[in-house]
Formats: sequence, C-alpha cells, structure tokens
Amino acid sequence: MKSNRQSFTQTILELAKQNKDIIIVTSDAAGTVTLNQFAEELPDQLVDVGIAEQNAIGVAAGIASVGKKVFVCGPACFYSSRSLEQIKVDVAYSNSRIKIIGVNGGVSYGPFGATHHCLHDIAAIRAFPGIHILSPSDPVQMRWMTENLINYDFPVYVRMGRNPVPVIYDQGFEKFTIGKASVLKKGTDLTLVGTGETVYHCLEASEMLGQAGFSVKVVDIHTLKPIDKEMIIQSAIETGKIITVEEHSIYGGLGAIVSEIVCQNYPVPMKILGIPDENVINAQPQDIYKYYGIDYKGIYDTALAFLKD
Amino acid sequence: MLSINEISKIALKTEKVRLRLLEVIYNSRSGHVGGDLSVLNMIAALYYHTLKFDIQNPDHENRDRFILSKGHCVEALYCVLESLGFIDSDTLNSYGKFNSLLAGHPSNKIPGIEFSGGSLGHGLSLGVGVAIGAKMDNKDFKTFVVMGDGELNEGAVFEAAMSGGHFKLNNLVAIVDRNGLQISNSTEKVMTLEPLKERWETMGWEVLEVNGDKIEDCIKVLDSINYTIQKPHFIISRTTKGKGVSYMENALHWHHGVPDEVQYKQAVREISRSIEEWEGKIS
Repeated sequence: MKSNRQSFTQTILELAKQNKDIIIVTSDAAGTVTLNQFAEELPDQLVDVGIAEQNAIGVAAGIASVGKKVFVCGPACFYSSRSLEQIKVDVAYSNSRIKIIGVNGGVSYGPFGATHHCLHDIAAIRAFPGIHILSPSDPVQMRWMTENLINYDFPVYVRMGRNPVPVIYDQGFEKFTIGKASVLKKGTDLTLVGTGETVYHCLEASEMLGQAGFSVKVVDIHTLKPIDKEMIIQSAIETGKIITVEEHSIYGGLGAIVSEIVCQNYPVPMKILGIPDENVINAQPQDIYKYYGIDYKGIYDTALAFLKD
Repeated sequence: MLSINEISKIALKTEKVRLRLLEVIYNSRSGHVGGDLSVLNMIAALYYHTLKFDIQNPDHENRDRFILSKGHCVEALYCVLESLGFIDSDTLNSYGKFNSLLAGHPSNKIPGIEFSGGSLGHGLSLGVGVAIGAKMDNKDFKTFVVMGDGELNEGAVFEAAMSGGHFKLNNLVAIVDRNGLQISNSTEKVMTLEPLKERWETMGWEVLEVNGDKIEDCIKVLDSINYTIQKPHFIISRTTKGKGVSYMENALHWHHGVPDEVQYKQAVREISRSIEEWEGKIS
C-alpha cells in the first residue's frame, strides 16, 4: 500500500523530468508532501517560500502567469484556511490555472488535533466560482489525476490524505475522467456515494450488504466540482435510497452537494455520513473513522438499518 | 534622460488624466479619490515612460508587468489605460453603472490588467512569483507592484517581502504610495510603519525614496533603479493624499468621498490651472 501523496509525488517527479515547465511551490512542506526526492533531483523546479501559505499561493499564481504548470503543495488544512482569500482572489477570480495539492486532509493528521484536521475545505472552496475540486480515492486514480492535471485548463484544488490506502482501481475499472463520477459497483436497493478515502469503505460495506442479501451501487465522486449531476440523479432513480460518506464536516461537503441535486431533481431518502459539527476527537485516523461511523462497519450498520426502514 | 520638454509633455498628459479621473468619480458617485490622486503620478510615470509594452500586442511575453496592489485606486489606472487605448471611453464612462466591465477593484478581464485584486496585501506575492518566473525563463522584463502604505499593515506583504529579499529578485520593483493616511487615521496612528526604509533594507531590499508629488522625480527615480544590484527594489514614494485638489489634500474624508457639484467645479478649476501651467512649459 502507498499513500495518495506518494503517488502524486512519484508521478509529478516523472513528469517534471520530461517537462521543465512543471514547477512545485511549497511552504516548508517538501517533507510533509513527500517531495524530498523531487527537491533533490529537480531543485530548479521547486520554489520553497517558507512557512507562508498566503505568499505561496500568490507566488504560484505569479509564476503560472508566465506559462508554467504550477503545483502548490502543502497541508490541506493550512491552504484551505490560511490562504483562503488568496485562493479566492489570486486563483479563482484571476483564473490562475494553478493546481493546489492539499495533503494530509480530512482527519489524517489524527492525534495532531483540531488545528490540523481539515473538514471544511470542500465547503469553503466550492463557493468560489471557477475553481474545480478533486478528491482521489486511491493511488492509481491519483496517478491518472496527476497526469490529467498538467494541461487541465482550470484552477484546481485537490484534497488527499496522509496515510497508505488500499488500491481500488486495479480491477479493470474505467480510467478516470475529470467531471464524471465512476461507478464501481452496480446495484438496485441503495447507492453508497463516497469520495476520497471513504470510497474503499463504501466498497467493503457494499460487499457485506451483498452477503446480507442487498444489491448496493457504489459511486466514486472523485470530482466534487464540477459534480456529475446526471450520475447522482440516475442513482436516485435506480436505487431509491442514497447514503453519502465523507471525511469532511456534514455541513457543506459531499452530502450537502448530493442532497442539493437529489432534492431538486428526484427526491429520495438520504443519509449523510461524515464528521458532525464538533471538534474531532484526538485519535488515530482509523479510530476516528470508526468513532464517527464512516468506516466500512459503520457504513454497513447505517445502511442495514436504512434498508430495513 | 528626458528633456524638460519631454517631461512637461508627460506631466501635461497626467494632469489631463487627473481631470478625467475627477470626472469619472463625480459621474459614477464612487471611487477612492484621495489615493487615486496621490498615486496617479507614479502610475503615469510608469505607463508613459518606464513600462515596456505593445498596445498592439498586449500579451507579448516580454512585456513589463504592472500590478496595482492598492486595488481600491483602480480608477487612476483605468484613466491611464483609457488614455493609452487599452479601454475605450464608453467602457470607462460605464464605471459604477449596472453591469459595467469595470469594478471598483481590478479584474484581469479588463485589457491591460494582469491580475484581479483589491483585497490588500496580495500584489507583492504575485509580483514575486512573476519575477521568479521571468528568471526561470531568463527573460529580462521587469515587474512593478504599487502598494498603499496602509496596505503594509497586512501580514502577507511581509511574507512576500521576505521572499523577494531571499530570492534576490533584482527584476522586481515594489513602490509604496506613502501618502501617510489610511481609511481611519494617519498611518502612524493606526499602525506604525516607520522606520520604513530600514525595515525593508533589513529584509534585503534596495530602498529608494522620492517625492511622488512631482512627476519629474517619479520619472527620475524609476530611471535610477540599478538592476545590476542583486536585490529587489523598494521605492518609497512620498505623496499627498488628494493631490491636486486643495480641499482634498491630506483630508481623511476624501479617502472615498465623492465631490458635490460645487466641489467638482472647484476641482476642475484647480486642475485646469495646472494643465495650463504645464502647457506653458512645452515649446
């Protein structure tokens, strides 16, 4: 197993060796992002501005304006809060086509505490017109995503976790396309909609529900903006019930986005699994997942009750 | 070095723009007239003398870049851009009206404007990035960032200033419109900026000072920048808020006040006298 951040850094290093216009901007976070090898091998393509996330975004937008492919890399929690106005103004409003790579998002910093948890970024950044939001579910998808982002003509925020995650996309699933949700499993009784590292747990829960006699569809929303509205409506029609699962506040994240679409187009009963409106407990990520019921077992329990409802 | 005649022509053009600026603010009933008037000389000196650009090819990769970080004074920039043909008069006359292209702060949808902005403390980071990008490609264009002095309260300015010094960006020029007033009081009463020169020097900048109320001095200081010094350049342009309109000068109210008819006519008379004076100096 490897982490999404490692998948990103390995891929971007390979690509940057072939393309000197690929530039990394970071904020004393090369180690955090796992960019040490990049820094060693391509020092002229890495700009470290020190612990200054606001400056990093502005500097990145400036470098991009002369035609470079710029990736700003650092902790998601700081980029999506400390430099939020720079993302709003210098990136989204100015249409600076930089890619902001937010690592260690969600609860993946675990016991580091509330300052380092990142449960608001989708809600906050989604409200800015013009910027797209991606959330990879595994290292294979992360590689495809990175390859796609080099010439992607929009500003993008990518949120990913810190820790190694199981591979999902080695099972013959179609290659990912930005803006199109991926159906990982067909079903008729319920749709589990996940994003990022919850997708694996949705798949596991669907297997357990299958053994309990239910047919469960699983959808990976790797692109939160622009969202694949048609896929969500189709899932509501096909299965009549939806559960969303996310490593984000229940306010303004995946559940809220899916609800907006469902209730305005084809209302069906829904449940939103995520982090409630509270500061997260201090624990290892897997224990936080379990505590808030967004691991496969928690999803299974909620789904079973929902299906029997 | 420019002749007195050439400088007078630039000054005359600038005073005509000053008159147009007052007209735009009077008609639109909006704008930040005090800072517009203090910064206008420097913007004019840059656009009419220093900056390299091609109006026929405004996206030329070797153009000098200009970033107005004190975005609330965009009206001064709009008027200069109109005088150069980047935007037409109908567009400028739409300022402040329904669905105008022109907002009260810069947008890069407007021809001639590199980045959208208006929130203070953003422009220098952008400038640092552009200057780094130029060096990466061995381009010799220069990047100029104009900031307000009140804007220097923003922490992000110092993140950018540290990085400008750290990366020895000799192709970057930051100019502060040091008019001494911000929205609620004098800059020193709100938040001490002095000793400004020493503060920026310790962050690795070459610091120049100028009387920004005199356009001939603005031109001279811009000409005097020594780009072989391996440091970014910081120009403290000492100016008068509301410059050119007697009742607006150094008066807090005119941060974003709008003149009534009587006041407007007085402003027109005063600026017209200045125009006549400069006309008299041109042979």
